[in-house]
Amino acid sequence: MAFTAFAGNAPVIEQAPRKRSWTALVLLAPGIAYMALFFVAPFIQLIITSLQMAPENAGIGEYVTAFQISNYGAAIAEYWQHILRSFVYAIIATIAGLLISYPLAYLIGVKLRPFPMLQGLALILVIAPFFISFLLRTLAWKQILPSELIGTDFSVIFGLTYNFIPFMTLPIFASLQSLDLRMLEAGSDLYASPVTTFFRVTLPLSMTGVVSGTLLSFIPMSGDYINASREFLGGTGTAMIGNVIESNFLSSQNYPMAATLSVILMAIILVIVATYVRRSGTEDLL
Amino acid sequence: MADVQAFAEAGADLELVGIQKRFPGFTAIEHLDLKIPAGSFFALLGPSGCGKTTTLRLVAGLEDPTAGKILIGGKDVTALKPHKRQVNTVFQSYALFPHMTVLENVAFGLRRRKVVDPLAKAHEALKLVELDHVADRKPAQLSGGQQQRVALARAVVNRPALLLLDEPLGALDLKLRRQMQQELKQIQQEVGLTFLHVTHDQEEAMTMADTVAVMNKGRIEQMGAPAELYELPRTVFVANFLGQSNLFEVQVVGGTDQVLHADLNGHRITVPRNRSARDSGTITVGVRPEKMRLHTQAPPEDSAVNVIGPGRITDVSFTGVSTQYSVQAPEFGEVQVFAQNVEAGPAAHLGDIVWLSWLAEHTFGLADDRLDTGALNGDFSTQAIATRASLAE
Repeated sequence: MAFTAFAGNAPVIEQAPRKRSWTALVLLAPGIAYMALFFVAPFIQLIITSLQMAPENAGIGEYVTAFQISNYGAAIAEYWQHILRSFVYAIIATIAGLLISYPLAYLIGVKLRPFPMLQGLALILVIAPFFISFLLRTLAWKQILPSELIGTDFSVIFGLTYNFIPFMTLPIFASLQSLDLRMLEAGSDLYASPVTTFFRVTLPLSMTGVVSGTLLSFIPMSGDYINASREFLGGTGTAMIGNVIESNFLSSQNYPMAATLSVILMAIILVIVATYVRRSGTEDLL
Repeated sequence: MADVQAFAEAGADLELVGIQKRFPGFTAIEHLDLKIPAGSFFALLGPSGCGKTTTLRLVAGLEDPTAGKILIGGKDVTALKPHKRQVNTVFQSYALFPHMTVLENVAFGLRRRKVVDPLAKAHEALKLVELDHVADRKPAQLSGGQQQRVALARAVVNRPALLLLDEPLGALDLKLRRQMQQELKQIQQEVGLTFLHVTHDQEEAMTMADTVAVMNKGRIEQMGAPAELYELPRTVFVANFLGQSNLFEVQVVGGTDQVLHADLNGHRITVPRNRSARDSGTITVGVRPEKMRLHTQAPPEDSAVNVIGPGRITDVSFTGVSTQYSVQAPEFGEVQVFAQNVEAGPAAHLGDIVWLSWLAEHTFGLADDRLDTGALNGDFSTQAIATRASLAE
């Protein structure tokens, strides 16, 4: 949408009449083949699996193809609490991550702008922990946090927040880095206090970074099963939908249930993301 | 300012008292005292690096002075944050908010001050700059000239006590610039606000402002009405920056109580005493090129006329309204003469031997000498200053 604004001033470049050519198709073929093989096919398989049913007297992990839509109802009835918990955790952790990352990104992208050396150093400090395995760092937190906190809602949300900080910080940093500071001077010149200037000028102009940062955090957070697992920061009452899918798939080998929950997870994320992007007015990102 | 909610009834006085501004590593303003009366169109004119943009930013509150006081309408605002000052700026880069429509940009200041019916007032301001038809567009969809007018409307709509203009016409092409100069002047007269205009374009300053202050190296060299500055510059810098001047170093040899008599390598130069800053020793005197006349023979002696020559014409260039001659002689160096094309055909040709004359009353005596001008260095544009300022934090 917004880009058409710029197109208005740019000279219109006449496109050469398109030649019917196989070259484009040949160049696209590997990509198309890859997507078909590793995304479309598994996705169809996932939906097929989610509709499977267990035949009578079936052994463990034995299912036949069917069209058992009631799997979805059963999954929701049995695990709605886990689904709800996943999204509540992910939303809280996303908000916490945003509250930590925005000031951090502002510091690096705006306050440190005149000092490129410090800016580079600060960015490295944000990313550096990620040179160490995600699992190790999460385990380390299990040692650092007081043991009475481990296995609580707090510890899981804490782990989720911590692990996704860079995914939140970097996009916000990128949008703040390109913020024209003269806009802030214009705001203060037009009677806006620093707080008003922030909410009316700075935040709207960095919204693309906020939206991509929150999406990059929220989506993997909702499906996460490491932080909430009992081996890491979780406990008996903290299982997220990811943990349920994992145990259904690997332990009880209830493949239709695991597939059904995966499809439900995906559908809910799609609805939430679409609503969010529309509400924040940043459709350009999609 | 307690009455920040209210529109200014009229412009307010601006007074700068003993202002000094230092940035780490350089001094932008040495010592500045300035008083701008309410309702005037005041231009700060100077080359880049002279401290004029810093002065503007100090008044807007975007910089804090190292020393000195700023008074608007008699009230000390030195410690006030920019958003509490009844001052608006038209920025050089316009600084329009890209995420808002033109209308919302203009209404921004009104909304912050909780003015009743901000959109109606914003529409009125857009009508004033003849842009009401683009109210719903985003700034990026407008041309440079249109953006400039939106920036002006966004500032004027607040009826500030003082409107600051930071080279707002710099990015426009010549024709549009001339047109905008007219419009700005007209708007200033209509709304009756005090305008402080910063520019390096001497023609712009002279055509628009009631009072021009010429700034150089962090100081005001001279201040006055445009015609006064032009006819009677006090320093070499002003004589050369505001139009062109022919300057001569002369020895004062005597005079009456009305005039000084000086010697320029054998030629007698007469300067009225009240037009000379100094009255003894070696002084620099000057005359504007269009005040000089060419003669093909030595003109008769006349105590009211200064005559130099003979010299040789080394360059002739025809500019339409006038013909510009360069005349050279060992006694007085190179002199520029602008002759109006009143009569058809050139009066003199390249290589001709000519004498030059001008009325003694057109001569001016300067307070300093040619060598004092010094090079103008450093990049003190708005952005460079902002960068340095943020480095200082």
